[in-house]
Amino acid sequence: MIKLISINKTYQIGDTPLRALRDVSLNIDSGEYLSVMGPSGSGKSTLLNMIGLLDRPDSGSYLFDNVATEALKEERRARLRGENIGFIFQSFHLINRLTAFENVELPLILTEQPIKSRRQAVAEVLDMVGLSARASHKPNQLSGGQLQRVAIARAIVMRPRLLLADEPTGNLDSASGSEVIEVIERLNRDGITLVAVTHDQNLGDRATRHIRMVDGQIDSDQR
Amino acid sequence: MKLVDQISFNWQIFQRHGLRTFLLLAAVGIGVASVILLTSLGEGARRYVDREFSALGNRVLIVLPGRSETTGGAPPIYGSVPRDLTLEDAYTLEKIPGVLAVAPIVAGTTTVAVDSRSREVITLGSNQSFFTVRKLAVGAGQILPARTREDAMAVCVLGVKLKRELFGNARALGEWVRVGDRRMRVVGVLEERGESLGLDMRDILLIPVRTAEQLFNSPSLFRIMLDIAPSADSDLIQTKIKAVITERHEGEEDITVISQDSMLAAFNSILTTLTLVIAAIASISLLVAGILIMNISLISVSQRRKEIGLLKAIGASSRQIRQLFLGESLLLVSLGSVAGILFAYSLIAFFSSLWPSFPLMPPLWAVPAAVGVAFFSGLTFSIVPAKRAAGLDPVLALRGVQE
Repeated sequence: MIKLISINKTYQIGDTPLRALRDVSLNIDSGEYLSVMGPSGSGKSTLLNMIGLLDRPDSGSYLFDNVATEALKEERRARLRGENIGFIFQSFHLINRLTAFENVELPLILTEQPIKSRRQAVAEVLDMVGLSARASHKPNQLSGGQLQRVAIARAIVMRPRLLLADEPTGNLDSASGSEVIEVIERLNRDGITLVAVTHDQNLGDRATRHIRMVDGQIDSDQR
Repeated sequence: MKLVDQISFNWQIFQRHGLRTFLLLAAVGIGVASVILLTSLGEGARRYVDREFSALGNRVLIVLPGRSETTGGAPPIYGSVPRDLTLEDAYTLEKIPGVLAVAPIVAGTTTVAVDSRSREVITLGSNQSFFTVRKLAVGAGQILPARTREDAMAVCVLGVKLKRELFGNARALGEWVRVGDRRMRVVGVLEERGESLGLDMRDILLIPVRTAEQLFNSPSLFRIMLDIAPSADSDLIQTKIKAVITERHEGEEDITVISQDSMLAAFNSILTTLTLVIAAIASISLLVAGILIMNISLISVSQRRKEIGLLKAIGASSRQIRQLFLGESLLLVSLGSVAGILFAYSLIAFFSSLWPSFPLMPPLWAVPAAVGVAFFSGLTFSIVPAKRAAGLDPVLALRGVQE
């Protein structure tokens, strides 16, 4: 499903160029459960953004379903992203002025789905993450664990095949963290491909494939 | 993104930033309202002049001594030509077919006195036709008698203000007033009426034309006003007037004939131009509103970086982000325009009830022009912020990193 072929990415931070990814090659099959670990600045997040089509490589090739994405126009990449990839972030990134329901509805609105099927899809995923009762609450009325579950609902409402999680438990206490892990693992069991970048050894260990990054390179890849 | 979804998305932003939205709406609204209000002042002035002229009379020609061509400027106010325009000239014009009435006018200023009260006033010498041509009527007493056509009678008609100044609330009819070194009997007082053709008819003294000739010791007429038949050919009559006067003045055409239509056309074009200029000036406030929108939008883009990054992450394209921000400005301008139009029309209604005599009303093009400029300005100044939003790097934006 995902094939990275010697990807390079360099950021200019101030005067010094930072090589975030060096010749990274990686294959991920459908339905896999990966954890990406490593020290800060090792290129984990860059790798995730690259897989999520948020970033373009300087050199190398990225095939998503055998389509070379690095040459695609921005519009096309946005559509590919919207339809196939769901994101969850450490800091949730929910829009404060919108209710939980409206936050989850956003991806459907962007793709102009009819109101009726929108309502149904949102209700379904909110039920899946166990937040049906909180649908009309705004983010400031929800706990951290609930916020991340709303974010997960938003990430999966388009029925993506790939779920990218950037430190999904980083801002949560261990109880809420476990809840969140439980939800995304259930999604993985149902067939979604899951890539989680984390510092959380507990979450890292639960994955079926462990990638460790150091200095922009894949240091180890264990199943 | 569907239109209705986009509007509701933008609306939620407006709700969230109520004060900011209100101020921007006010800026656009005031801009639109000022264009409409100021142009309706200009248009009102045009309509006012139009109405004054129509009130003056159906079709009036004015004959002035002197030729406008020879002086290069405006027609001379007082005749400064070798041959005066005389009363005899005026009465000859009565024979031209289509001329209904001829009012010769001698003008000057005199001191009018009653007992110890005296007043310097504009004094017009004329005859009965003057009342016909200028559509004047007396509020009390009579107009100048028919005999004043030839006789230097010692009678006069007062403007209402003049009457009040001289007699207060006492009866003026039948009383004697001193005009210069003469005594005249008051036979009438004009009815209350405002300015007409730049002359305050309330503060004026009307005396027989022959009396005025003697009083000012000159046979020279200030001007002649003619009332012509509705069916008559104005141009033809003007030509005939010139021919008659030229013949009487030994072959020299030393008069100017002005028609009411041409004066009206001149006023119309001046006031229409004025209204356009006012509109252009008022539009500046809309440009200012546009700059304000741009400023706020730029702030908004940097405040909402994370949101923009998120929208991109969940599949929004750059085009959609751009549309979202442009749409926000357009919605703002639409609401502001509606508010401005409502505000302007309610103010116009209010002032119209205060001064019913002034026809305050925006020209037809004012509303579309105001709204058009508002949209143009709103759109133009939103392009930069919208582009900036669309061009944000989602990775950096999500982290909240400022570029």
